[in-house]
Amino acid sequence: MRADEGDGADAGASPTEPDRPTLARAVDLPLEGRDAPSSWGRRLLIGAVLLWFAALILIPGLALARQAFAGGARPLIAALAEPGVQRAFAMSLGITLVATLVNTVFGIAMALVLVRQRFFGRSLVDGVVDMPFAVSPIVAGLMLIVLYGPDSAIGGWLESRGFQVAYALPGMILATMFVTVPFVVRELVPILREMGEEYEQAAHTLGAGRWRTFRSVTLPSIRWGVAYGVTLTVARCLGEFGAVLVVSGNVIGRTQTATLYIAEGIESFHPEGAYAASLVLAASSFLLLVGMDLLRARLERTREVEP
Amino acid sequence: MSELRDLDLGARPAQGHPRLASRPSLSYHRGTWLAPRREAAAGTGDEEKAVAIEVRGLSKKYGAFQAVDGVSFEVQAGQLVALLGPSGSGKSTILRTIAGLETADSGSVMLTGEDATALPVQQRGVGFVFQHYALFRHMTVRDNIGFGLKIRKVPKDEIRRRVDELLDLIQLGGYANRYPSQLSGGQRQRVALARALAPRPKVLLLDEPFGALDAKVRDELRTWLRRLHDEVHVTSLFVTHDQREAFEVSDQIVVLADGKVQQIGPPQALYERPANPFVAGFLGAINVLPLRSLKAGSIGRGPETWLDQPPADHAEAYVRPHDLDVFAERDGKPYWPARVERITPLGSVVRLDLRIAPDHPLHIELPRNRSLGVGFAPGDEVYVSPRHLNVYDRAQNSFQPVDVHRAMGLALQEGAGI
Repeated sequence: MRADEGDGADAGASPTEPDRPTLARAVDLPLEGRDAPSSWGRRLLIGAVLLWFAALILIPGLALARQAFAGGARPLIAALAEPGVQRAFAMSLGITLVATLVNTVFGIAMALVLVRQRFFGRSLVDGVVDMPFAVSPIVAGLMLIVLYGPDSAIGGWLESRGFQVAYALPGMILATMFVTVPFVVRELVPILREMGEEYEQAAHTLGAGRWRTFRSVTLPSIRWGVAYGVTLTVARCLGEFGAVLVVSGNVIGRTQTATLYIAEGIESFHPEGAYAASLVLAASSFLLLVGMDLLRARLERTREVEP
Repeated sequence: MSELRDLDLGARPAQGHPRLASRPSLSYHRGTWLAPRREAAAGTGDEEKAVAIEVRGLSKKYGAFQAVDGVSFEVQAGQLVALLGPSGSGKSTILRTIAGLETADSGSVMLTGEDATALPVQQRGVGFVFQHYALFRHMTVRDNIGFGLKIRKVPKDEIRRRVDELLDLIQLGGYANRYPSQLSGGQRQRVALARALAPRPKVLLLDEPFGALDAKVRDELRTWLRRLHDEVHVTSLFVTHDQREAFEVSDQIVVLADGKVQQIGPPQALYERPANPFVAGFLGAINVLPLRSLKAGSIGRGPETWLDQPPADHAEAYVRPHDLDVFAERDGKPYWPARVERITPLGSVVRLDLRIAPDHPLHIELPRNRSLGVGFAPGDEVYVSPRHLNVYDRAQNSFQPVDVHRAMGLALQEGAGI
């Protein structure tokens, strides 16, 4: 430390001193040009990005809020109090709950299998997990109709036992699950891979069995990743439209989710409910987003302090 | 070909480390935890001789790669033994197989007399210390150390007592409520050690325990481990690729290469009497020189009579740098004529780089006091005489030690001194 300071002072007093700033500036010029607060390029870029953000997100969001509050808060509350809206939200929440629960459990299991086990076809499964990202939700819905529809073998058999999948709640849950399969898996695979097997092996050498190791070591180590994956899943479940649209048949009052209700509201002649429901969905998405941001910060912190 | 490894094991006392002399005694542990074991050991006398780990014919293949090839050795109870070898020698695989973290293709593992080959890792009763600590990040130091006891459903207050005891042992008394991320590397490794020791394992296995630490901490921790082992006396087997580490810490060393045991013995014995060229070269620096070019001296009998059979033309002499003397004139001993290329004072020793005809580099280390009066300069023609060497015959795969003075006959000792 002291030696460095001494060097600096010496250099400052040395006869070569006048040369130094010139030299330094020449070297630093490109960097300074980029970072200078007065740079027009920088201002332009910031302006363009902000404009883009406003045009795409901020202004439409505000427009929606303004429309929803067009008659003040009272009609909005009245619209939300309508039984149809409430049924739709209850259905959305129910589907979200079941789909998220199942996909979280299987997502964790699948991530563990993909990272820890070696078996034939592993890389194939690894790739196909992402398929729901690539396939249009409508196509996913159609696949389910083809498989479970009343005209199909399986669907017909199930229906003859009084269990309806297509155009009913089970089909909608399946469709939502299909669409949200990758979120938990994709979040956990890199975390598990980075974590390695040593922690689990350490627990084994200390006498812990598989289940105990999972509960006490694996799960706590990946908890923030799980939380992040769950948040993404919930957000997607609430907003899912295409796949559910095909599978549900959109039977008003029976198989109508919040998104389907909004779609129906816009097409028919009572948009007030659609605006209100949209606002609620947008607001909950925003809250989820904030939650995700907090989670992500937490996740990165645990990664940073990794022993 | 001549080679010199850059490790000055010869220059420093490998045993009887001065720092070990003044050990602070941890009498608390002697009283509570260790006393029974020690008394048993002292009482019967057999206890000390008991075999704690016995590995028989262990083999393991990864695809086409033979990682472990028919390895057998045993570890006496209470000893600290090093598995020493270069990377890829199979040492970690052996350790992990003993722990039950990996399964061998063939062979058996006995732990304190019981066949553990088929036992799952949880039931083997081993403590394992990983190179990268593997401390549970979401648990405090106290919870980490107590984990194995909690699994065994030990009552809470007893866990508390035991953890406090171990925290004292690892000298981290005030750190019970910290998280691993708040500790330094050396502290983490000590916590990992305490965690492994907490359930009183039959044996302690350490996989490159100091490999992830920087040099200074590594040195301290090594000394500390040796001291701890002298206190705790749990049978320990540790893996290392660092010869110095193995020398400084262990009672016995198992040298491994290419998945096979090369030699087993106490450190100094391995250094002084290596069984083969690999061990000779791996444990400290060594010169490899053509034996043929060693000229017979005028006293006693020449090199061709040193072994039962005259050495083959291609036989090589393996000589430690400190087993060589340099003379300005011939004095009757067998010698290599050489030219001085460089003289490097290294504190307590002076290192000479020489070259023997036609083109073999040769390195010698002389104690400072002995080289003081010599006064060589680069370019000087000198005579280099070995005091001790090993003769290696590649074709017959024989590696035989020769004490040159004795081999030449007693005439030398009486006649020509140094």
